[in-house]
Amino acid sequence: MRILLFPSVLIVLLVSLLSARAYEIEQHKVFPASQEAQTLRIISNSDIDIFAPMVEAFQRKYPSVSIDYTVVSSTELMKALYEERQVFDVAISSAMDLQVKLANDGFTKPHSSSVAGLMPDWARWRDHVFAFTQEPASVVYSKSAFEGLEVPTSRQNLISTLRNNPDRFLNKVGTYDIRQSGLGFLFATQDARTSDTFWRLNEVMGSLNAKLYCCSADMISDITTGDLAVAYNVLGSYASARAAKDPDVGILELEDFTTLMLRSAIIPAGAEQPEIAGDFIDHLITASWSEEGADYYPYPKLNHSEVAPNLSLRAIRLGPGLLVYQDNLKRQHFLQEWQNAIIQQ
Amino acid sequence: MTLEANISGSIRRRLTLQLLGIAAVLAALLFVMVMTYAKQVAEESQDNILSASATSILDSAAIQSGEVTVDIPYSALSMLGNVSDDRVFYRVMADGKYLTGYESLPDAYTAKGRENHRFITSHYLGESIRMVSATRRLSNASGPVEVTVSVAQTLKRQRETLERISTNAAYLGFGFFIAAAVLGVLTAQSAVRPVQTLANSVSRRGPQDLRAVQAPVPGEMAPLVVALNRFMARLKKSLTRSEEFIAEAAHRIRTPLAVLRTQAEIALRRVERPENRAALKEMIRAIDESSRAAGQLLDHAMVSFRTDHLEVKEINLLELADETLERLRPLAEMQDKTLSLHGEELPSIKGDAILIQNALSNILDNAIKYAPQGEDVKITVTHEDKWVVLSVYDQGPGFAPEDIEKLTERFSRGKNAEDTVGSGLGLTIAEEVTQAHGGHLKLSNRTNVRGACVSFYFPQS
Repeated sequence: MRILLFPSVLIVLLVSLLSARAYEIEQHKVFPASQEAQTLRIISNSDIDIFAPMVEAFQRKYPSVSIDYTVVSSTELMKALYEERQVFDVAISSAMDLQVKLANDGFTKPHSSSVAGLMPDWARWRDHVFAFTQEPASVVYSKSAFEGLEVPTSRQNLISTLRNNPDRFLNKVGTYDIRQSGLGFLFATQDARTSDTFWRLNEVMGSLNAKLYCCSADMISDITTGDLAVAYNVLGSYASARAAKDPDVGILELEDFTTLMLRSAIIPAGAEQPEIAGDFIDHLITASWSEEGADYYPYPKLNHSEVAPNLSLRAIRLGPGLLVYQDNLKRQHFLQEWQNAIIQQ
Repeated sequence: MTLEANISGSIRRRLTLQLLGIAAVLAALLFVMVMTYAKQVAEESQDNILSASATSILDSAAIQSGEVTVDIPYSALSMLGNVSDDRVFYRVMADGKYLTGYESLPDAYTAKGRENHRFITSHYLGESIRMVSATRRLSNASGPVEVTVSVAQTLKRQRETLERISTNAAYLGFGFFIAAAVLGVLTAQSAVRPVQTLANSVSRRGPQDLRAVQAPVPGEMAPLVVALNRFMARLKKSLTRSEEFIAEAAHRIRTPLAVLRTQAEIALRRVERPENRAALKEMIRAIDESSRAAGQLLDHAMVSFRTDHLEVKEINLLELADETLERLRPLAEMQDKTLSLHGEELPSIKGDAILIQNALSNILDNAIKYAPQGEDVKITVTHEDKWVVLSVYDQGPGFAPEDIEKLTERFSRGKNAEDTVGSGLGLTIAEEVTQAHGGHLKLSNRTNVRGACVSFYFPQS
């Protein structure tokens, strides 16, 4: 009996562990409600520190909702929802292509928002994907590392600066590992779509033995510690928070083009609290798109017109075009090409 | 004689309803046609862009190191996103084997299409989709490979477009119906106008106007007008004949009777034997009665004829009564009776003067006849509510109460009149005349004093 029971308990334990934790959680926090009634489960790739004011503002409006906030990488978010069909009420991600793929392939619930009128048409897709930020992909550098050098203003400049100073930048260049990071993959594919300089830049970074990162925060940390001199395609919104504290951290928005990403929210098809989820999304829309804005809104101020005042800013469009690089063949080819460029040993 | 026509339906109403029906059918047809056409156009435009997308994916297919590969252009899917925010699915197959995309998309092998593009409408992931499949041959070392690219899109945009068009088409159809309905009503009106014009011109004619209709009429109405004209000609002829007959009859009866009476009176002067005189007196009385009856019969015939064709004019009743009275005064004076008229200026009435005069003289004649010698006959003209009332009072025996109801019947004579000459037509004539004028006749006995009262009630004009 005992001999029989033990393996079966083990199997149950294993299975439950596997099914519950197949995707990798980075951070988890519960924001308890002042009067407990319902729980809204959010899966997100936004760091808790940055996103917390939005959650707290929501709880001031809806004090009976406690919020269970899980932070994962954008690829893990996709895995949790697309493959494992985990139950979450709201999914927030900066990987626009993955959000669109979830919506296109029927993994989301529609939400007819009462405040949708605040948003421009291009900021949402099909009543399924709602964008609430505009964040640039920036170059973050250490001012001290660039001492005596002219700070580059375009990819062309950056390439020649790196190429001409190999000793200074060897092992000191960082960018996303696009195999791991959905956002990195999105930035890379959009860069590749826009300009050939992307590939040349990757070649140069590869020759300098570039370090690959999962997330913007790690790259910024390594800049402040001096482990990195320059990081390419870092989320400007995270970097500016750090730059405010550390005078050595510099942020560049390249003049040839700077990709603008829209962070967006969806309601997964398996949501158990779709109505509260809808309220939460309306809260995000109001905080971000209303004219007066919200003081707790932690992201850069939004621009309502589709054409940015600065012509070098290129906003990524929500829509089926984003599905193209999610195609298996296309994705494999792209990753292959990227690896060939950046990993040269 | 019935004056009401036996009406069954109305040409205008029937025509209007038929035209409305046609308008409704045409409006519905218009709606269906617009919708069919809109659907075709919407489908076609979606098909075109799907085709373009599939073609651009197909163009990217190539053989690389012996394997079929596709490098889907960004524009292939983003172009679909430009026109709508429908969901997009695609699949690439090589020789029937799945290469990439959404593997479980339906097959379109059986669908019809143009060249090598086949279109189907189907279902995928719980939504209706429109799908195109395009095929191209690539040559591999081991022989040709057939690459099939399917691109599908949900129908949300198409549905929205159709809904919008359907609303507009409904407005269009409704507007068309309203316009056609208004035109239909106008058409129906103008179609029956000649009939109305004819009817008006005929009914507006005076009773004596029996001329043929001369005004131009549409061809369809010519038989009716010809028949009407013929009918009126016959009527005119027969009327003339009966008028002539009445005059002739009056002449033929009255003249011999007058001669007969004169002869009888002459004979009465000559005979002396009381029984002969009594017989002659009886004979004169009978002649008087016959003559009077003949007169009244002719009057009655005339009244009957004229009441059907009233010649209406404004009449001052007081003047009319005065004239009549003056005509009868000699007769009254012969019998030593006084006629008097009382009344003030009153509203005029509308009527046929000859008829009213005829009725009044018949009543006066009665009054004079029944009033005892030396007594008066009084006429008053007064005003009562909407009525102008002409009353004749005598001082005779009055009406027997049980007779009052039936005295106006033809040839009915009251109990109190059995010893007086009369035909019993006077009151009938008076009643028919007042009724023809929309009034009525009232018979009563005078209160307090002996005598009868006959009142004509005419509506004031």
